[in-house]
Amino acid sequence: MTALLPRRGLAQILALIVILAVDRVVSPQFFDLRLQDGRLFGSLIDVLNRGTPVALLSLGMVLVIATRGIDLSVGAVMAISGAIAASLADSHGLPIVLGAALGAGLVCGLWNGFLVAVLGMQPIVATLILMVAGRGIAQLITEGRIVTFSSPDLVWLGNGAVLGLPVPVAIALGMLILTGAVVRGSALGLLIEATGGNARASELAGVGTRAMILSVYVWCGVCAALAGVIAAADIMGADANNAGLWLELDAILAVVIGGTSLFGGRFSLVLAVLGALIIQTMNTGILLSGYPPEFNLLVKAVVVLAVLLLQSPKFAGIAGTAARLRRSKA
Amino acid sequence: MENSPDPAPALVEVRGISKSFGAVRALQEVDFTLRAGEIHALLGENGAGKSTLIKAVTGVFPRDTGIVRLGGEEVAPRSAKAALQAGIATVYQEVNLLPNLSVAQNLFLDRQPMRFGIVREGEMRRRANALLADFGLDIDVAAPLGSYSVAVQHVTAIARAVDLSARVLILDEPTASLDRHEVDILFGIMRQLAKRGIGIVFVSHFLDQVYEISDRVTVLRNGRLVGERETASLPRLELIRMMLGRELAETTSARASATEHRAREICASFENYGKAGYVAPFNLELRHGEVVGLAGLLGSGRTETARLVFGAERADRGQAKVEGAPVRLQSPRDGVRHGFGYCPEERKTDGIVAELSVRENIVLALQAKRGLHRPLSRREQDEIARRYVKMLDIRPADAERPVGLLSGGNQQKVLLARWLATSPRLLVLDEPTRGIDVGAHAEIIRLIRELCDDGLALLVISSELDEIVTYSDRVVVLRDRAHVEELAGEAIDVGNILAAIAADGAAIAHEGRA
Repeated sequence: MTALLPRRGLAQILALIVILAVDRVVSPQFFDLRLQDGRLFGSLIDVLNRGTPVALLSLGMVLVIATRGIDLSVGAVMAISGAIAASLADSHGLPIVLGAALGAGLVCGLWNGFLVAVLGMQPIVATLILMVAGRGIAQLITEGRIVTFSSPDLVWLGNGAVLGLPVPVAIALGMLILTGAVVRGSALGLLIEATGGNARASELAGVGTRAMILSVYVWCGVCAALAGVIAAADIMGADANNAGLWLELDAILAVVIGGTSLFGGRFSLVLAVLGALIIQTMNTGILLSGYPPEFNLLVKAVVVLAVLLLQSPKFAGIAGTAARLRRSKA
Repeated sequence: MENSPDPAPALVEVRGISKSFGAVRALQEVDFTLRAGEIHALLGENGAGKSTLIKAVTGVFPRDTGIVRLGGEEVAPRSAKAALQAGIATVYQEVNLLPNLSVAQNLFLDRQPMRFGIVREGEMRRRANALLADFGLDIDVAAPLGSYSVAVQHVTAIARAVDLSARVLILDEPTASLDRHEVDILFGIMRQLAKRGIGIVFVSHFLDQVYEISDRVTVLRNGRLVGERETASLPRLELIRMMLGRELAETTSARASATEHRAREICASFENYGKAGYVAPFNLELRHGEVVGLAGLLGSGRTETARLVFGAERADRGQAKVEGAPVRLQSPRDGVRHGFGYCPEERKTDGIVAELSVRENIVLALQAKRGLHRPLSRREQDEIARRYVKMLDIRPADAERPVGLLSGGNQQKVLLARWLATSPRLLVLDEPTRGIDVGAHAEIIRLIRELCDDGLALLVISSELDEIVTYSDRVVVLRDRAHVEELAGEAIDVGNILAAIAADGAAIAHEGRA
């Protein structure tokens, strides 16, 4: 029975509730929703919509981190795929635009995976290469300009609505379900956790650890490319300098807030996405409160620290001992 | 409770120590007394509470109740380091040193000889050499510790602990990976240290060694104290009864007559199989229902042979055949696909995935064999885990517990279960009983026999010759990374194996003269 209780996610859910409550205080209309032209509007929807890129990145990142890796290149991959999508949008149909952009993400993921899984490079160094080079590639594609487009199909991807939800939110939800189905519906989840937990032992047990590692980087690349397309569609243009800038760090943060250890092993897709939402709820709350956005960074740090402390067994031990001491004194 | 005058003063007194982990009571009101200058064996099955007692005394984790007196004064170290400063040094079974640093750096970590804020490398090396010379070890102390055998690493750890001028030295399974010669050296050192008045706690599963070295024994069972005795006046059967709480034939010597296995079908064969610089080419036939033992000293090529056979290492010459058909073994995956299984010697680093549950560890190889697209449902996993937890008597019988929290013997059983679940045709076991207590030891040997009777082919490595003789139908003896002798049937006995291993010295002497 105890297994059914979401003990693992308790810290994250509590954190989200607290932050939502604080948001409600600073902005009384935070929970207001209204339906207009078949699409919901309101601060909550805004949180979901703005949180989409990081949520998508965290879906790939959590798998990479579960194998004891890390992918610093996702922000740059966003810039590449956004640049490709924007460049092709007005001359080609949506399937080709999407195919090219996501294909680029897949190739980027293969490159990272090749460096890590086949050449055995350290993930942080291997993906740093594309993090630096990727933005250059994106700038080459856009020829250093901000490429704008007006293709209604692609614009819809960033600004349309499905069943009242913004399209990006629907896409993120779909990707969460798809990733969950692939990872937990097959043996992938177990084998990824085993690879991250102890790669040598897994290899000796017959697990194709290289294939595992390669595939998570590929998936991470595809997720990043999708995030890049949505970011471009949102602003109807591609800015190779700023698209996805520093978002790799938010994605890593989301995964860590979601309770997946940077040492690999156990992971949770849902909690990683919840981590992304926690980050975005804070961002939106601070914007609404009227404090300067710089303040955001400090608050973010404090909340991250709080969530990590709540998860830490050592901290729980200290807190428990303190409580016992207090009781025994009383 | 004042001290009554003892023949030798009590150096360490542990009184009424208890420790629980959640609902599990790992230690209950345990007393323990160590006198100055004695070697005191601490015995018990896996999970009896030996390690817990050591860790509670040395402050690795806090104890719930009880007191510890060192030289009459109450001490409560809050960490292993604090215990060390108080004079209690512990050397654990799994060496806790830094393999990437040099031997000398490991010996003097935290207390390097300095001059003007700079480490005096030469001085440090000289002192390291002098220190290790006491242990009969003459090695390059500037080389990384990780480049040496487990035995050398262990001796280094002990040397470091001794040199920290400890009053109490706790050795947790110090001899598990040492060969006889190294054990003799270690025992020499232990006696020398005891003469200087140091109290030594000796945890071991080798009863012979306990009788050889220890003055007194304390036996724990299920977290409780069973008793404390003088070793010399304690009959061996009585000791085993104390440990197991039941009568048990001292050794399992029910080996089926070897000859009946002669006509078995060949399961896998290796012709002129080898790898340059790893193991010299060898011929090996493994038959269904037959146990082949690999004997030899540490570093003689036993583990290397096992890894080649399984596919963990690629051979660069020779031909492998499975059921008569030529196969290529390029990776562990190939080995698994051909129905091989491999329980490695280093359980912690090469075997278990500590964070995952017993269930997940058991199904891992089967799932890897089935492939991604045929996942085992949760119900199938539960069923498999339940079956093997019961069959192998894995304790605690909780399939959802992270396997890292189990004792060494139970981790070994989980690894066995992992391979049995794949219905293998050949199982390669590297030191399957290393660091495992008497009860589990006998159980694993019984299992090996049973598996063999079920038609499995087994290739088993063990340093314990008595053990190899007990279950093997054939024994291959290795020396200097080559297969030098194969014994079968009546020829299998400890004397013959030793003779084959020792022929070495003669051969080297001849070569030296030539």
